[in-house]
Amino acid sequence: MPERHQGARVVLLAAMLLAGCSSHQSATSPPSVTFGSGATTPGMPGMSGMPPMPNMPAATSTSSTGSPAPVAGNAVNIDNFAFVPATLTVPAGSTVTWTNKDDEPHNIVANDGSFRSPGMGSQATFSHTFPTAGTFDYVCGIHPFMHATVVVTQ
Amino acid sequence: MTDDPHTMNRRQLIRHSAWFGAAVGLAVVGGEVISHVAGTAQASHVQGRPALRFAQVSDSHIGFLGKANPNVAGSFSQAIERINNLGYTPDFVIHTGDLTHLATPEQFDQVKQMMTGLRTPHVFTVPGEHDSVDDAGQKYRSVFGAGTRGDGWYSFDIAGVHVIALVNTLNLKKLGHLGADQLDFIAKDVAALTNDTPIIVFSHIPLFAMYPDWGWATDDAAQALSHLRRFSSVTCLNGHVHQVFSKTDGNVTFYSGTTTAYPLPHPGDGPAPKPVTLPAGQLHDALGIREVSYIRGHDTLALKEQALQ
Repeated sequence: MPERHQGARVVLLAAMLLAGCSSHQSATSPPSVTFGSGATTPGMPGMSGMPPMPNMPAATSTSSTGSPAPVAGNAVNIDNFAFVPATLTVPAGSTVTWTNKDDEPHNIVANDGSFRSPGMGSQATFSHTFPTAGTFDYVCGIHPFMHATVVVTQ
Repeated sequence: MTDDPHTMNRRQLIRHSAWFGAAVGLAVVGGEVISHVAGTAQASHVQGRPALRFAQVSDSHIGFLGKANPNVAGSFSQAIERINNLGYTPDFVIHTGDLTHLATPEQFDQVKQMMTGLRTPHVFTVPGEHDSVDDAGQKYRSVFGAGTRGDGWYSFDIAGVHVIALVNTLNLKKLGHLGADQLDFIAKDVAALTNDTPIIVFSHIPLFAMYPDWGWATDDAAQALSHLRRFSSVTCLNGHVHQVFSKTDGNVTFYSGTTTAYPLPHPGDGPAPKPVTLPAGQLHDALGIREVSYIRGHDTLALKEQALQ
């Protein structure tokens, strides 16, 4: 595996001509940008553009993660980019707790929109109570190829 | 022979093209390339400045704390430094997403502050899924969404080139997704352009099927590209996969860019796209920036990858 990354200075040449690095430029001025969307321009100026924009307000978005330790039987671990167990069956009224055992962040997003966790860092937990019976498919919103199901019985 | 990195890269590339059935762009490795590039650059002096030249940076993941890169802010600073020392001022810099690791206000603030140090007239961005973890991109747009449409998409014209910046990291079900509103935007956005207008498209997740099992594809990309089939030159640049890759499909060429944070495995190499921790001293070979230039009359853009080492 590591040797794959040796000599990663792979250069892809899309065209035979490449003039990027020339220190030998003509005196042409840089091209101007025209936006279709109206008065406000997307993006932000760089250092040779306008002065930096003011900082955005430092709104806090504290997550509700970090709840009590998972209860055996109602617990789902996120491990190695997979939900374990992939199908969890619990009676109505149960609270299910997910724990992220990976170093990478994950989150929990119900396909029907009925619940969604914040981003969960390593070891973070998220709990959701299922009041009614049903089958709830969910994915990780960051890695949506990760999917699993909670089956809630009456 | 087995420890010759050039051999490895070539073999790896061949294997990839076999997997995807893709036409891989001309690849040259290491020192051979540099001399080749120097030669062609020399030859093109007579033509003067390209009509357009810009830099791409991607996947800075500010806030990442894993052992694959204990200092992502440091390596992003190096990338900025590298762009500021290209020997010319790029007409703009595009960051193709995953600016932050977990979309916190502090991470957005930090990455924005850092990018104000880029010496260029314009800095453009598109969001990655890490920038829209828990709020469908609201915090991203509060920082970078001024002047954009819909959920953060936009377009502009520069040096006769039409540039479209797309958002395909919201409402994910398995793959990247553009959605009906954005597809409609694309259709209308290009309607008045002549077929010989060069088109450049930015997105975070690839618009080609690089590896759908890991979500490295966009489920409605074909509809987006159907609006671009009539143009003679279409170039799509993406991030997300943390490695350089290219594919040509008819008039469209796709280029995945590398990251400034940490490498991911090659497609299908292992169970999941987990950050790869390289042996000491090798990380910066896997990180980099990309220069892109357009010379009027050429259908294909010229790309040059620069490692951060």
